[in-house]
Amino acid sequence: MFLFFLRRVALIIPTFLGITLLVFSLIHLIPGNAVEAMSGERGMDPVRYARLLHEFGLDRPLYVQYADYLGKVVQGDLGHSVTTQEPVLREFLTLFPATLELALCAMAIALLIGLPAGMLAALKRNTVLDYSVMGISLTGYSMPIFWWALLLILLFSVTLGWTPVSGRIDILFDLPPVTGFMLIDSLLSGEPGAFRSAASHLVLPAIALGTIPLAVIARMTRSSMLEVLREDYVRTARAKGLSRWRVVGIHAFRNALIPVITVIGLQVGTLLAGAILTETIFSWPGIGKWLVEAIHRRDYPVVQGGILLSASIIILVNLIVDVLYGVINPRIRHTT
Amino acid sequence: MSALPEAIDANTAATDATDAASAPPHPLREMWQYFRQNRGAVFGLVVVVVIVLMALFANQLAPHPPSLQYRDATLVPPAWQAGGSSRFLFGTDAVGRDMFSRIIHGARLSLLIGLVSVTLSLSIGVVLGLVAGYYRGVMEVAIMRLMDIMLALPSLLLAVAIVAILGPGLINAMYAIAVVMLPHYARQTRAAVIGELSRDYVNASRIAGAGTLRIMFNCVLPNCAAPLIVQATLGFSSAILDAAALGFLGLGAQPPTPEWGSMLASALEFIQSAWWVVTFPGLAILISVLAFNLMGDGLRDALDPKLKR
Repeated sequence: MFLFFLRRVALIIPTFLGITLLVFSLIHLIPGNAVEAMSGERGMDPVRYARLLHEFGLDRPLYVQYADYLGKVVQGDLGHSVTTQEPVLREFLTLFPATLELALCAMAIALLIGLPAGMLAALKRNTVLDYSVMGISLTGYSMPIFWWALLLILLFSVTLGWTPVSGRIDILFDLPPVTGFMLIDSLLSGEPGAFRSAASHLVLPAIALGTIPLAVIARMTRSSMLEVLREDYVRTARAKGLSRWRVVGIHAFRNALIPVITVIGLQVGTLLAGAILTETIFSWPGIGKWLVEAIHRRDYPVVQGGILLSASIIILVNLIVDVLYGVINPRIRHTT
Repeated sequence: MSALPEAIDANTAATDATDAASAPPHPLREMWQYFRQNRGAVFGLVVVVVIVLMALFANQLAPHPPSLQYRDATLVPPAWQAGGSSRFLFGTDAVGRDMFSRIIHGARLSLLIGLVSVTLSLSIGVVLGLVAGYYRGVMEVAIMRLMDIMLALPSLLLAVAIVAILGPGLINAMYAIAVVMLPHYARQTRAAVIGELSRDYVNASRIAGAGTLRIMFNCVLPNCAAPLIVQATLGFSSAILDAAALGFLGLGAQPPTPEWGSMLASALEFIQSAWWVVTFPGLAILISVLAFNLMGDGLRDALDPKLKR
């Protein structure tokens, strides 16, 4: 088991190095001048230019620059934001809980609706229910989520007035950040109405972000369930006289879950990418919005750091899913 | 009429029928047979054809030029709503441009983005995949590792990163989307090539003296075309979706280009007052993406009947 774990970890090292190389070359591939890009200044005099060139280390050979960059990255130094002068890593860590909270809630919605919907569609195969679940999920899968988010705002915020349009909590509440999760912090603060406010801010972005994973999970659960229901052991279980719900719920569902878990792991990337759009629309102060704003401001250290950190999270989650897979299924552990 | 000729007729008819049954149908015909059975796929195909026609004849179909501003008619609601005008079927936007005409012209841009990025990505991806699958060794490791790294990043994040380098704009968005899709084509081609190379017909043509390029492009490639065609169709839908997302973020097509995503972005501030400027561009994106997805699913089943049955 330990060897299997080590092998998996060894596999991600080249991927990580590749991404650092990609992010490192970002600054050199920008059309125009790297010094101007990094400092955010234009038309500076030659003396200052030379000083900055030296300061940024851009006068050294590329491989030295890369080695230097990699060394800093490994120590957690991702440079400073050009606009705020804050360390990129600290900004990321401050904003990340907001994105994580949103992504977790989105995933929860996707699972709570997607799993039962897929299961029901499989059990009621070729009925109106099945066709509607599949039709809706294909639509959800094709949905431009930025537009979907706008429609949700149009209906629930503008027309019905049920939910606020943007932000994480009403500005009247000034909560001390304890966990960084607004839902938990608002409960801890004990202020009346705080939790309600946080939850009503969260619900629309979470639905918007959860839609694509929901569609994918529902489709995957259905097809995996259909496959499992044909298996001999399911028939045996029925023949033994077990109730239909016991067979479906315990025997079939647990085995049908295995491919679904892989898909859930893969959806982490979808969630992070979707967060870029969802956060921009709902002014959700997370890393997606931060990244887009940095691109518009040409704050390259933030863009570099943000992409590197998001990619690292995805690689890490995939590693965890891989390892979990090995834990669940010994055959995978021993063959690879 | 005597019974004899009739009997002969029946006889020839029977032989004809057995001939027709034993002769395999033309591959395209067979594919169409399977494709036709999938109602969703046929629906998708019809919608795609409509969108293509819209794009081709945008100048003739659109009642107004897409960028012409009617300053006396800003934010006019759709024709069927109170206050709407029959001049503007889907209403007008904040500067008085006809929404209907802009949507029609947007089809042109979306298809163009799909076509350019899929073609670019497919051609480079196929070459990379062929090289990796044919030569194996170091070349394969280098190419496939790079593809794996690109796959580790979610498509929109990678596209955003590339646009961050190249700068916002329609052309750069197409490049970004092409790069993002590259690994899918490369991986699929490589897998198919490795599968095909061990077949007898490849050995036969090699013995017959066919050169490397001939084997690659004339023997192997046509035989692994099916999954690539499916992937390319589905690639269209993700290209349209990603381009719209980039346009929406202000990183793709720039206003006043009538691109659906950037139209949505500039409609944001009117969400409370004018539902139509927000609704129609999004609906156009959804319908086209859905149509390509339905068609792609149908093609997948039609091109690989073994898998299905």
